[in-house]
Amino acid sequence: MKKTMTFAAALLAASVLSGMASAKTLVYCSEASPANFDPGTTTGGNDFDASSRTVYSRLVEFKHGGTEVEPGLADKWEISDDGLVYTFHLHPGVKFQTTDYFKPTRDLNADDVVFSFDRQFNKENPWNGDKYLPNLTWDYYTGMDMPKYVAKWEKVDDLTVKLTLTEPNAPMLANLGMDFASIVSKEYADQLQKDGKMADFSTKPIGTGPYQFVDYQLDSVIRYAANPDYFKGKEKIDDLVFAITPDATARVQKVLAGECDITVYPNPADLATVKANKDVTLMDQAGLNIGYMSYNTTIPPLDKPEVRHALNQAIDREALIKSLFQDAGATPAENLIPPTMWSWDKDVKTDAYNPDAAKKVLEAAGLKEIQLWASDRARPYNPNFQRAAELIQADWAKVGVKAEIVNYEWTKYRAEGKKKDRPGAFQVGWTGDNGDPDNFFATLFACSAIGVSNYSSWCDKDFEDLIQKAKKTSDQAERTKLYEQAQVIFAKEAPAFLLAHSQVYAVVRNNVSGFKMDPLGIHRFDGVDKAE
Amino acid sequence: MRTGRRNFGAAPFNSTMLRYLLNKIALLIPTLVGITICAFAFVRLLPGDPILAMAGEHGVAPARYEELKHQFGYDLPIWEQYARYVGEVATGDFGVSISSKRPVIEEFKTLFPATLELSFFAMIFAMALGIPAGIFAAVKRGSWFDQSLMGTALVGYSMPIFWWGLLLIIFFSGYLGWTPVNGRIDLQYFFKPITGFMTIDTLIYGKWAAFRSVLRHLVLPTIVLGTIPLAVIARQTRSAMLEVLSEDYVRTARAKGLSSARVIGVHALRNALIPVVTTIGLQVSTLLAGAILTETIFSWPGIGRWMVESISKRDYVVVQSGLLLIALIVMAVNLIVDVLYAVINPRIRAA
Repeated sequence: MKKTMTFAAALLAASVLSGMASAKTLVYCSEASPANFDPGTTTGGNDFDASSRTVYSRLVEFKHGGTEVEPGLADKWEISDDGLVYTFHLHPGVKFQTTDYFKPTRDLNADDVVFSFDRQFNKENPWNGDKYLPNLTWDYYTGMDMPKYVAKWEKVDDLTVKLTLTEPNAPMLANLGMDFASIVSKEYADQLQKDGKMADFSTKPIGTGPYQFVDYQLDSVIRYAANPDYFKGKEKIDDLVFAITPDATARVQKVLAGECDITVYPNPADLATVKANKDVTLMDQAGLNIGYMSYNTTIPPLDKPEVRHALNQAIDREALIKSLFQDAGATPAENLIPPTMWSWDKDVKTDAYNPDAAKKVLEAAGLKEIQLWASDRARPYNPNFQRAAELIQADWAKVGVKAEIVNYEWTKYRAEGKKKDRPGAFQVGWTGDNGDPDNFFATLFACSAIGVSNYSSWCDKDFEDLIQKAKKTSDQAERTKLYEQAQVIFAKEAPAFLLAHSQVYAVVRNNVSGFKMDPLGIHRFDGVDKAE
Repeated sequence: MRTGRRNFGAAPFNSTMLRYLLNKIALLIPTLVGITICAFAFVRLLPGDPILAMAGEHGVAPARYEELKHQFGYDLPIWEQYARYVGEVATGDFGVSISSKRPVIEEFKTLFPATLELSFFAMIFAMALGIPAGIFAAVKRGSWFDQSLMGTALVGYSMPIFWWGLLLIIFFSGYLGWTPVNGRIDLQYFFKPITGFMTIDTLIYGKWAAFRSVLRHLVLPTIVLGTIPLAVIARQTRSAMLEVLSEDYVRTARAKGLSSARVIGVHALRNALIPVVTTIGLQVSTLLAGAILTETIFSWPGIGRWMVESISKRDYVVVQSGLLLIALIVMAVNLIVDVLYAVINPRIRAA
């Protein structure tokens, strides 16, 4: 009876509400304030959620909820046989947003695309330096090695853009789906430059994305409205609001109280409360990251794969993950890349716990002592290096290996750890950028990364051939095959102990539909709807 | 602050006050220099730097790191960086945020009203409850009320703000649903700020429902931020009152046959309030410290939260200039309290 009453009351309230406000409003409780709204100049995930994923679009986009690349502003593209020239064909009739601070007079064209990239590297471009904003660093453009790979951007005609590379690089396409590659309006930039208000470019954004910017109250609320001219069709949500809520427990309480519809990064301690609540859903997914421990494969006896396998087998990984991640949980890593990434090979398994077998091998190899590295910083893929080190130390003691824990502050830790001749086992991890397997395999285990980010100093010819070939191949099906083979070799050679991919969560009210967890860690509101 | 009770001799009121003021202001200069050094050194002593913080997980290639260090001027000798900073601040240039690229002073101006508004309400809350409670406890000295009040005050004083805030949110907003979880105003209300004080802005726009929403949002953060000052004020009022109640003139007043209410309310209270005013002035710094946590929990867009986020981003410019601005305000308030003290304390005014 009580239930029916509540239902009736809710129905009444809903009808009154919908009578009052016909506009559909979606409130997202975001975790931090954006630095600004120009995605070329920022690096934080919260910056990108508030700018590139709402206001802007790119030539190519990541599939919603996946890491595959699909058409964006470019309807289609051709890649030359030598892999050096990319020709993009722009969607015709794409309109930039019309707001009270900018009225576009023309549609998106090749000039906008060329300008969007040129401003990030061309020192002659007035938008590259201090004239626009002080101390610009263009971190992602340089961080993704764009200056090394890009030879030039050219306008062929209004709707055709040509990108020429210095050498073949298949992950380039995924780079162009990243936030820094958002396409901005040259017409808007020119207008602001003429009016002497260049800094407005970062505070009053104009893009071609699903939502257009309305207002930002510093550290408090960001408001957007559906872009009526969105080239993929107007969104169902009329008003999108970001309520900036830095405290994780308060964020969850806000969703439970109905003050927000969606939030992310809940406190692990609050997960049980969320699960128990009938009005909200807890969504989870393995994050685009990997926690692992690199063995220096050049120093005996760690140069022998069987010794590395034995060390892996000696670790009770399930207990370790439970102790480290506790309520938050984590997906045990079978491969270097997380299961949400394309080319992940489901048949490859990492070493299972088997201390007895491990002991025999380690005794035979004569491994009695080993250095085990730990740092002070909590990372998404390993919340407590020190605790992990202590547990691994205890496991290894059981098989007769005495581990000495080496500690450094995080910055120095990585500087020391990446040295070619660093001894022992080094705990580290990685959070991916663009969802391309190359971003994991080549960044972390290419021969050229030794001394940089290949903490295992591991250079395996077969593995290297496969990942280099995959880097130069444009066809994704073929690349998938190559990466699958690479994963088999990785599992056989065991240059590292694979820990886990940390779990990421979102708390969503049940009347919200279409919200998807994104393996890239971005939060998108296109395609989201809300029942009143 | 009994040290504040100074005897300035029999000089005329105006010149005494002036000398007193100049003295106080002269003392501010070395304090200010000290604060610039502390603010400058503090953020640099933390491990990590803004360049690494910006690069995030990705890290940054050594060559690029050196290049960026040069671009930001962090490759200069430390004393030169300090001289630059002081030189800029001296000319009123508080710099531009490393992460947001906005002028620090502009961000400060936008955010400060929120902190001020919350602090104001927290202070009103603390005084409105603390002073009567302290008086009552003093009058009923040794009673169960006095005992339990002082016990509660000690608990309040030791309360971890973070825990207290979350507890109130979970109970009042989550369980009972009486108050909004956090924020300054319901999201349905949307207007351009005029003064930056939501209570005033909503009234200027004449939106009563919005004004009520602002008050509802103020309840929990006011209680959380006001808890420690409340405890301090209650205790201070009680002890000041006890001291005064044992003075000769109070006995005289009683002997004259005045009513108890008049003795306490007029004769005793006026004198007991003098040290309480100083206490209240000193609580301003407590409020600003408490604002850091309160603003974080309650999503309150003020300067406390701004500082926390800037420290985590190692935004040297915001931290060093922001701390200086906050210190300036605390110093200004203390100066005002000193003057006020001189005004209300007859022993300073015309001894």
